[in-house]
Amino acid sequence: MSILEVQNVNKSFGGLKALQNVNLSVEEGTIHAIIGPNGAGKSTLLNCFIGKLIPDTGTVNFNGQSLLGMKAHEINQTGVSRVFQTPEIFSDLTVYENVMIPCFAKRDGSFCLNALNRVKSEAEIHDKAEHMMEDVNMADKKDMVASSLSRGDKRRLEMAMCLAQDPQLLLLDEPTAGMARADTNNTIDLLAEIQNKRHITMAVIEHDMHVVFSLAQKISVLAQGTVIVEDLPENIKGHPKVQEAYLGGAH
Amino acid sequence: MFDKFQNNDRMLMLFFIFLVLAGPILLAPFGAGYPDLLQRFCIFGIFAIGFNILFGLTGYLSFGHAAFLGVGSYSAVWMFKLLTMNVIPALILAVIIAGLFSLLIGFISLRRSGIYFSILTLAFAQMSFSLAYSVLTPITNGETGLQLTLDDPRILDAANTSGSLPSTNFFGLTMNSTAKFEFFGMVFQFNVGFYFCAVMLILAFYLAMRIFRSPFGLMLKAIKTNQNRLNYTGVNTRPYTLAAFVISGMYAGLAGGLMACTDPLAGAERMQWTASGEVVLMTILGGSGTLLGPVLGAGFIKYFENIFSKINENVLHGWFSFLPDGLEDLIVWVLHFFVGKGWHLTLGLLFMMVVIFLPGGLLQGASHIIDWIRGKKQSSSTQISNPNSMPAE
Repeated sequence: MSILEVQNVNKSFGGLKALQNVNLSVEEGTIHAIIGPNGAGKSTLLNCFIGKLIPDTGTVNFNGQSLLGMKAHEINQTGVSRVFQTPEIFSDLTVYENVMIPCFAKRDGSFCLNALNRVKSEAEIHDKAEHMMEDVNMADKKDMVASSLSRGDKRRLEMAMCLAQDPQLLLLDEPTAGMARADTNNTIDLLAEIQNKRHITMAVIEHDMHVVFSLAQKISVLAQGTVIVEDLPENIKGHPKVQEAYLGGAH
Repeated sequence: MFDKFQNNDRMLMLFFIFLVLAGPILLAPFGAGYPDLLQRFCIFGIFAIGFNILFGLTGYLSFGHAAFLGVGSYSAVWMFKLLTMNVIPALILAVIIAGLFSLLIGFISLRRSGIYFSILTLAFAQMSFSLAYSVLTPITNGETGLQLTLDDPRILDAANTSGSLPSTNFFGLTMNSTAKFEFFGMVFQFNVGFYFCAVMLILAFYLAMRIFRSPFGLMLKAIKTNQNRLNYTGVNTRPYTLAAFVISGMYAGLAGGLMACTDPLAGAERMQWTASGEVVLMTILGGSGTLLGPVLGAGFIKYFENIFSKINENVLHGWFSFLPDGLEDLIVWVLHFFVGKGWHLTLGLLFMMVVIFLPGGLLQGASHIIDWIRGKKQSSSTQISNPNSMPAE
């Protein structure tokens, strides 16, 4: 069953057609990679999922419900979380507070005027936050201010924040960009583990083919705003269209 | 870890209660122990605490908070005129009206953030100020300001036969009654109005502390650091910022109401932009985002305004009379720019120094000093232990 269904999505910025008739369906419980050369429209497509951009035409359905016209926080409340290309975290707050906020958001919804409760007496939130930090191996850094973390740790923190919401669909925008090989491998293991343990559906945008082929169960190749191939990983590698898109035409 | 935190908060609260209640005694040696100034410390303390809930937590810089202060004052005086001289109904109305007013202004202004939000709030406050002077004269009594008169209805109070204006009271306790004691040539004044304001300040501080430590407060802090992430975490930031704006507007209304309680008179100049700017200065000077900072900043500015501005050349000559004549004149000539009418200069320099060297405000300075003393103690204790190890070497 497909959890995310994208049909005939078009998006243009002025004269530039960023997306042309994009069709995509992400199967529940799988890791679906979206690859393509720079400027192929990968990030634009992701932005259409989360309400940052509104497609000119076409439909984006999540669990049969249209996401178009919904605000960012409403989309998130339906179960879609996103990890950004540059980690978006609460840099002035501690790691622990960073993880607690999505826990509160999950429990209390998009707004709750609980100005007289005490954060410290919210046992269930603390349990969950501790648990999340252990899952991403950051329990020892919980009192650090988030801005002082390394880039890899910031990414892990952001992942923990997204997982704290128990999303049904996790969107990852280049989760290993700018990471050293060891960190990249850690991230691969982490994502694989999350998928095994929680069966969260993931849509991953990635440049690093090593990451893509070690994780993805299905791959869509995007070039110049259209999906040129959607297939299993083993069929993608030698596909002539893919080689053409990346190498500028096989003559 | 959390137990320790709880104890810390309790300690802070007790420390604060002690400081406020002992104010008349602690501040008398500094010449600030008279009721009028002490009341102002409390009132502006409340104003700054409320402002800090908006600015310190969410980072939204409002330049229009004086409007709520003014609205609070007008509402309170109207209550004195129409209903009763008891301060409680007046304060309740002041808080409610200021809350409604801030809901309206906040709803519109919070569509924008950053400098645009500041400009919008400033525009609204200046608009209220101008309206209070012109169109709304039937309500605000224009330039003269809203005052009590002998023929006000005051339907709950007994008929006034004394021929003089009644004074504000708290269930019979008159606000301006003062008990004076003299010890060692110093006069200590204990004033009902001050203690009433002090209790309000303590309540306001306690409420602010609860808000700071609540999930709601955590969300407000998150808005300040990364609003974008919060939106993608499923939180609707608009109602949060609006709630913070209304709460701080209500604090301002309470402060305005208390101003009317201690002196039943309301003028439009309370809504002017300089008054809005003053509370920004107070909060930044003391340390925005901290609990104690805004109160400290409010105290500092009000102290400068009332005490520094009263020092004139004669007083300076008195201080430096032990110096030789030429030197005395020189020093007095230099210093007279900084006192009296020039107190703004001193305050300005102080503000610049705080912003440049202590971005966290005076409170950060205080914690630096405490750390420095502690560090010194530790290093001196290690120095003492050093000589013992020397002979062994």
